[in-house]
Amino acid sequence: MTRPVRIAAALALLAGAALAGPGAAQQLTGAGATFPYPLYSKWFDVYHQKTGVAINYQSIGSGAGIQQLKSGTVDFGASDAALSDAALEAMPRRVVHFPTVGGAIVLAYNLPTLRGRLKLTPDVLADIYLGRIQAWNDRRIVAANPGVALPKGPILVVHRADGSGTTNIFTMYLSAVSPRWKSSVGSGTAVSWPAGVGGKGNDGVSGVVRQTPGAIGYVELAYAKQNRLPYASLQNKAGKYVEPTMAAVTAAMDGVSKELQKDVRTPIVNSGDPGAYPICGLTFLLVYQDMKDPARARQLTNFINWAMHDGQSYAADLDYAPLPASLVAVNEHSLKTLLAAGKPLGAK
Amino acid sequence: MSVTTGGIADRAATGGAGGSPLRAAAARAARRAPLADGAHAALLAAAAGSVFAVVLLLVYETWRGALPSLQAFGLRFFIGTEWDPVAGRFGALPYLVGTLTTSALAMILAVPASLGAAVYLTEMAPRRVDTVLSYLIELLASIPSIVYGLWGIFVLAPVLRGLVEPWLIAHFGFLPLFQGFPFGLGVLNAGIVLAIMVLPTIVSLAREVLRAMPPAFREAALALGATRAEAIGVVLAGARPGLMGAIVLGLGRALGETMAVTMVIGNSNRLTASLLAPGATMASVIANEFTEATEKLHTAALIEIALALFVVTFVLNGIARLVLHRMTKGVRDVAGAA
Repeated sequence: MTRPVRIAAALALLAGAALAGPGAAQQLTGAGATFPYPLYSKWFDVYHQKTGVAINYQSIGSGAGIQQLKSGTVDFGASDAALSDAALEAMPRRVVHFPTVGGAIVLAYNLPTLRGRLKLTPDVLADIYLGRIQAWNDRRIVAANPGVALPKGPILVVHRADGSGTTNIFTMYLSAVSPRWKSSVGSGTAVSWPAGVGGKGNDGVSGVVRQTPGAIGYVELAYAKQNRLPYASLQNKAGKYVEPTMAAVTAAMDGVSKELQKDVRTPIVNSGDPGAYPICGLTFLLVYQDMKDPARARQLTNFINWAMHDGQSYAADLDYAPLPASLVAVNEHSLKTLLAAGKPLGAK
Repeated sequence: MSVTTGGIADRAATGGAGGSPLRAAAARAARRAPLADGAHAALLAAAAGSVFAVVLLLVYETWRGALPSLQAFGLRFFIGTEWDPVAGRFGALPYLVGTLTTSALAMILAVPASLGAAVYLTEMAPRRVDTVLSYLIELLASIPSIVYGLWGIFVLAPVLRGLVEPWLIAHFGFLPLFQGFPFGLGVLNAGIVLAIMVLPTIVSLAREVLRAMPPAFREAALALGATRAEAIGVVLAGARPGLMGAIVLGLGRALGETMAVTMVIGNSNRLTASLLAPGATMASVIANEFTEATEKLHTAALIEIALALFVVTFVLNGIARLVLHRMTKGVRDVAGAA
């Protein structure tokens, strides 16, 4: 089932690349992350109407997108996780990261009798996922939710079964707040879960949570909203309980802006900003610093520049957090470093 | 019957039965023979060889892909219980056990039901009932596995969670098999979904096997004064190798099923004895992790699981073929004797 689909996707990509051909800069191709796809397709549509430049994007997953960029079949890749140093080394040429928008990962739960919003502290959340807190009326959950009647039943921990960028961000957060998690599980797109059941994809996890009283699972904000699942507010690094709003994600990016200026790949989880929601991540476009075809390079930089400015206004409606000014400035600086056939480009 | 056709063929080939058109054709064939026969044979040999080559290539490529994992873990791969992509330690035992448990559970549930159905269809059912039931069973076979998975999540899981599992825990909770919380997703759910999925395979093959049984079996039993049930017993005993083949092919389907199992089994690599706990199978872990496996060793470990699954399926198919071969041989002997 999946293999024919993947082959078809690869063929479609090849066909797209062949159609574009060298020099035909009215068409660009990209491949990768599925998480930002709703926003990207909106962007490509609007941008096509405005400029006539068509962008053919295949949302085949971050890992596959990186592979496509590596083999040179696309103009840009897209990934929910920044490339590690080792992965950057393995690319044939220098790759530049452009964060496009941020997203929040929320803890959706199914507690029919609960009134109001569940509150969780970082260590309680880590211990739930470590399997050390197993009942909803555990005294530490009660302590975080004063005056709230919590049910007696067992907690069903739900995680992603498939490898995913969402898991990477979530486990990065747990590693940042819990030394025990960091040493016994760690972070990555797939980890060895100490507790719970796995659902396939965001819809798999939200499906299990919606179906099972007593369940808690992590999903992207948009999925929790679409499925009308309640989600927890989390205590952030500054000690405040914060709900996942777009402003809270933008605040999280602002909270690590100094680190992002040095390295745009810095994780934005557990941000120090008092208004920040703690579990969020950036999604990236990946571009070779030195692009071979000057015409295509110019089109691509024009598009990225547009996405950084005008494009940001489409984000919030689709539950993505727009970049703060500090991060737009980082991207503008990166754009100036791009080259075509070894020569500077000078983006507008 | 076979003796007469063989005779005609022999005579035609040797040109012994002397009609002149036949002799002319034989002469034409003889003139063309060296070149045409050679080319023909080479073509057919190439066609047959390509199947062989594809299988060999498949094994070779899988083996090559799995090589880093084979070298790193050796046979420990199959007894290791830890599957940790972060630390780069891989042991496939939980998946091996998951595949075998879910398939065994599916067989325990599906085999009696499908053999009963096949006997009823061939021995007792009125023609109209046979037609309708056979149609429904074929319909079951054509439902995509993702639909079975959705059914497992949205229909079966609430029933298991609300009724079956609490009852099992209350009455059989002293057994390690039925300990834990009633969540509805897990090995039990996967086993039941698989049982329904392999049912049509076993029923339709078993029905064909029973139809192929010569009437002489039943007639002889009845003539000796057996009851109807005893006569069916005699037929079943005669058909045993063929029914085994049907069951083994059903088992092959259960071992390889991916999508539906992934949706309902809960996808956890912790090894437990409980059927109520989440588990994972060899096919489900490949489906889950392959697309985003970026580390070389992780990919290799997944391919090694594919290799192991390939070997298991290969062996089972071999057994099924052997058994079916013995079955048809038995039928031929009996038919010849009759």
